[in-house]
Amino acid sequence: MMLQPIAVGGQSALSPSGPAAQAIGDLWNFMLVSGAVITVAVLAAMAWALFHRRAAGQPAEADREADPRGEAVNNERGGRGRENPGCPRDQRQGARIMVGAGIVFPTIVLGVVLVFTLRAYAAVSLPAGTVTTADAPPAPGELAIKVTGRQYWWEVEYLDREPSRVFETANEIRIPVGRTVTVRLVSADVIHSFWVPELQGKMDLVPGRVNALALHASKPGVFRGQCAEFCGVQHTKMAFVVVAEPAAQYDAWAARQRESRRVRDPRLAGDEATFLASGCPLCHAVRGTPARGELGPDLTHLASRLTLAAGTLPNSTGHLYGWIANPQAIKPGSKMPAVPMTAPELHAIARYLASLQ
Amino acid sequence: MRESREKQQRAFEATWDAPKGPFGVFRTIDNMPIAVRYMVTSFAFFLIGGILALVMRLQLSRPDAGVVDPETYNQLFTMHGTTMMFLFVIPFLEAFANYVIPLLNGTRDLPFPRLTALSYWTYLFGGIYIYSSFLFGVAPDGGWFAYVPLTLKEFSPGPGIDFWDIGLSVAEVAAIGAAAEMIVGILRMRAPGMSLNRLPLFCWALLITSGMIVFAFTPLIVGTAMLELDRKELTRFFDAGYGGDPLLWQHIFWVFGHPEVYIMFLPAVGILSHVVQTFSRRPVMSYTFMVLAMIATAFLGFGLWVHHMYATGLSPTGMGFFAAASMAVSIPSAIQVFGWITTLWAGRPVWRTPLLFGIGGIVIFIVGGVTGVMVAAVPFDLQAHDTYFIVAHLHYVLIGGVIFPIFAGLYYWVPKFSGKLMGERLGRWNFGLMFVGFNVAFFPMHLSGLNGMPRRVYAYPAGMGLELYNLISTIGAFVFALGVLLFLVNVYRSLRSGEEAGNDPWRGDSLEWSQTSPPPNAQFAVIPVVRSRHPLWDQSTLLPVEGDDPAVVAAVRQLDHAPAHWRGSLIVGTLDGRPLAIAHLPRESRWPFIMSVGLTILFISALVEIRWVVLLGVAVTGAAIVGWFWPVDTETTAIDEQRVSGGSEVRLPLAVGDRSANGYWGTCVLVAIIATALATFLSAYFYLGNDPSPVPRAEAPPLGIALLTAIVAGFSGAATRWLTHQIDHVASSTRRWPLGMLFTSVIALVLLSVAVWRDTSLDATASGYASSVLGLVGFAGTLSAACAGMLVAALAWAWRAPRDPRGRGVALNCSLIAYANVAVWLVVLATVHLWPRVAG
Repeated sequence: MMLQPIAVGGQSALSPSGPAAQAIGDLWNFMLVSGAVITVAVLAAMAWALFHRRAAGQPAEADREADPRGEAVNNERGGRGRENPGCPRDQRQGARIMVGAGIVFPTIVLGVVLVFTLRAYAAVSLPAGTVTTADAPPAPGELAIKVTGRQYWWEVEYLDREPSRVFETANEIRIPVGRTVTVRLVSADVIHSFWVPELQGKMDLVPGRVNALALHASKPGVFRGQCAEFCGVQHTKMAFVVVAEPAAQYDAWAARQRESRRVRDPRLAGDEATFLASGCPLCHAVRGTPARGELGPDLTHLASRLTLAAGTLPNSTGHLYGWIANPQAIKPGSKMPAVPMTAPELHAIARYLASLQ
Repeated sequence: MRESREKQQRAFEATWDAPKGPFGVFRTIDNMPIAVRYMVTSFAFFLIGGILALVMRLQLSRPDAGVVDPETYNQLFTMHGTTMMFLFVIPFLEAFANYVIPLLNGTRDLPFPRLTALSYWTYLFGGIYIYSSFLFGVAPDGGWFAYVPLTLKEFSPGPGIDFWDIGLSVAEVAAIGAAAEMIVGILRMRAPGMSLNRLPLFCWALLITSGMIVFAFTPLIVGTAMLELDRKELTRFFDAGYGGDPLLWQHIFWVFGHPEVYIMFLPAVGILSHVVQTFSRRPVMSYTFMVLAMIATAFLGFGLWVHHMYATGLSPTGMGFFAAASMAVSIPSAIQVFGWITTLWAGRPVWRTPLLFGIGGIVIFIVGGVTGVMVAAVPFDLQAHDTYFIVAHLHYVLIGGVIFPIFAGLYYWVPKFSGKLMGERLGRWNFGLMFVGFNVAFFPMHLSGLNGMPRRVYAYPAGMGLELYNLISTIGAFVFALGVLLFLVNVYRSLRSGEEAGNDPWRGDSLEWSQTSPPPNAQFAVIPVVRSRHPLWDQSTLLPVEGDDPAVVAAVRQLDHAPAHWRGSLIVGTLDGRPLAIAHLPRESRWPFIMSVGLTILFISALVEIRWVVLLGVAVTGAAIVGWFWPVDTETTAIDEQRVSGGSEVRLPLAVGDRSANGYWGTCVLVAIIATALATFLSAYFYLGNDPSPVPRAEAPPLGIALLTAIVAGFSGAATRWLTHQIDHVASSTRRWPLGMLFTSVIALVLLSVAVWRDTSLDATASGYASSVLGLVGFAGTLSAACAGMLVAALAWAWRAPRDPRGRGVALNCSLIAYANVAVWLVVLATVHLWPRVAG
């Protein structure tokens, strides 16, 4: 079975959709223009240096007649220096150009760039020590999400001052448009990096540390994110999506996510039994059932998500079948094994998971 | 008279002949043949690394291609980076330097020819060692940066990372050895009259680079040792679960890794300066600025490693500093670029292939420099970091700033190496394809990176707008490869049927062009006299002329086709280039080869952990060390000659047994290496002590045994002082008593190191803090053991031949290491025992 994974959501740093990405985008535009101007100017100087018309007749310095002691062109400092009467005018001019174009001009330009840099940095970064523990309840009015990087997927936990309102999902973060969300970043295994280019720069998830990032979308949309620090064999397919939606929609979504699974159709009760009897619950949890595995993503509302296998596949029934039947064909090296199952079992499990809205 | 002179000339040439016979290859220690091997080997690694890159480009030419599986892809990029950095660029530049530096400096060889050979063999075996992992299907796959914890046993249980870690150590040792050699060679062995302000720019570049290698590679050696210990689960330096810290590895790695960029770039600056100078037919503009810019680069290069770690969540307050430093490092580069531009402007450019590569390299490097300032801007880097934008940036810097200059240098100097010119037409095609191919391959990567393509991914999904960029990049990569292929064709045709180069095909300014191509084994049978920064342009003769310093005239006369029966070369004053002494250089030796075999066995034993392999490695290495330091016959001859001539005023003395000897200067470099290693262990200690995670810190270790150790260390220092006093002031001294006392105290320190560690009752497998204490105490103990080993040699001399100056030299070198040992012990004891009490 050949499944062609496709991207869900955009992932370009050049189309910012939030204030942080916008600040970086503005800095980039400034540096792009000034960098391009400087590059062209330097290359033009180089071209001029190579091709300008030279006075005919005079031999090149290297071709002048040498004398035994080399005195004509030497001074006591070992080279051809300023004090030397034989020192050509262009020597002094050249040194002046080196000081002007090599020291003075870059110092000024870099000073300006540094100011812009620090200003943009203040706009994208949280103050030091904003977050020290990953699990502390959020401040009043704060929307805090704890994201745990795991070899090769993202565990997402919506924190709340009320423990019963905490809920867990995976590989998908929904945020209300126009509100700043604090993302607390921790790792369960190796170093990962959390990167949603259209909203914000990246931040690493380092074992033993808690990092934090402010996420803010100024317009609704689906933004793709991806692990940006090499983390092992399936670093490539460790993606996720951030969905920014209006506050009302977000609230409805969050309320639904807080609930346990609902089996609406009584015919699915048998499918649930098949799921629970299979190997799946060893690693996965479905709230409201005895399935409480913690190694893999929480599946309670799997069907509500946009992607499967950490942003690798769009969430459709066909892809779900393919993924359950042989994850190693789609994401070789993934921690999800291919569990042998009969065709009816596969149908039942896929049907069941597809119902978990 | 004439007959005896001819006889002497023949004897002189025979002395400098490379060893013959079937095993001559393994005994050769001459710089030129070894440099050629070094270049061929590292160029082969360049081709291999390039092929790895082409396979990656094929895989990325379309979305989700299936050319290789993910594991293989990870091995490919790991080995591509490792190969290019450690097995190609650094060794290649050192090989270049091995060949060219003695010629540029007007001397006959490098100061430690056996070390040259050892460097080559260990490098070769290290490279083969790493690549042998492919045979077992376990090539390293943790990236060239090997970030922990991914590379710890828990997440990389296979031996791939061990291959990488251990093989790398071998290559690092080779690089540090070569660096020590360059430092001493450039500072001490030059033509008379070549004062420091007449040093050719390539020599300046290598001098500065070599200093950087000492301070940058030593932390890496310490870091890779820590990694290997962690992998064997003997320590917990990097394991966050035990109070270690994965970021410690990143700090250590980038304290090496960023200077590494300039370690590669500065020699290229040197090459470019020579090429620009020769082909614009005038001296490079403002030599002083060029040298100062290189020194400034070296200093700044050590202050900006954190820009590789912007996204790790370090405190934002320090970031402004690192951003400023990262931007500031572009100023010296700007000075250099305008130095070349103004030189070309004021000169009369001659359009030959070396200049084409030089200019092409500068153009590419300018673009890389501009994007370098961009990624120094922290917020922008948070987007660009670990994307293809960085891949583009680093290749613009390294291919423009290093590879093109290397090709410029090859086209410039290969005629000197081979005696044959390279094809000019083919050279232009070679340049054109590489230049166009490079830009086609790498420019689109800026865009794919900004459009969201991270690094080190084996695939990307369709529909993200990355398809076209990647396809273009792949096409460019193959065009570039075709250019490299043309270079090989050009070399082959040049060697087969190239035009004769003659001594000076480019009418260059520096001393190498005064010799035949290829140069004779002795390089300068008559030592040239330097009176200018550009001797071949400014001086009509390299012989002494009226008005020269009499000491120079005498030195040239004394060394004219002489000494005839042993290899000797001139040592000059570091600053003024006045003749000081004559260095004896060994002629041939089998020990470098045998020692590198022994070291390789030792490194294999670290992987397989079989007892008899360890013992075999120790035995072979030990035998090689003894053989290496066994008195050399030709040196005995040299010393006897010196005695016969009675040290008359006119004749230069032999540099042996005092502070003019190369060995003494080499030992000084070793002390710098020791200090750097200590600093690395100290950083680990303080870093892990500051770790925010709640670590069950042990109580401050008890003082008892530590006090005793401090007293022994003090005693050891006093013994060393007595030793140096005897060496310097007591002519009749046999040095037995101070050496004996020193030896006893150092052995005591070795034993006490075990006691000190036991006394702390720490468990290195239980915490990062304990590991860092073990690191400090273990380092001090190991240094003491090495010092004791050296002292055995000094004692043997003192007993067997107390009057021999060589024995005095060994004792003098021992005294340096012994002082360093005392200092290390006092610092370690103060840190481990006093610091916790002071800091509470």
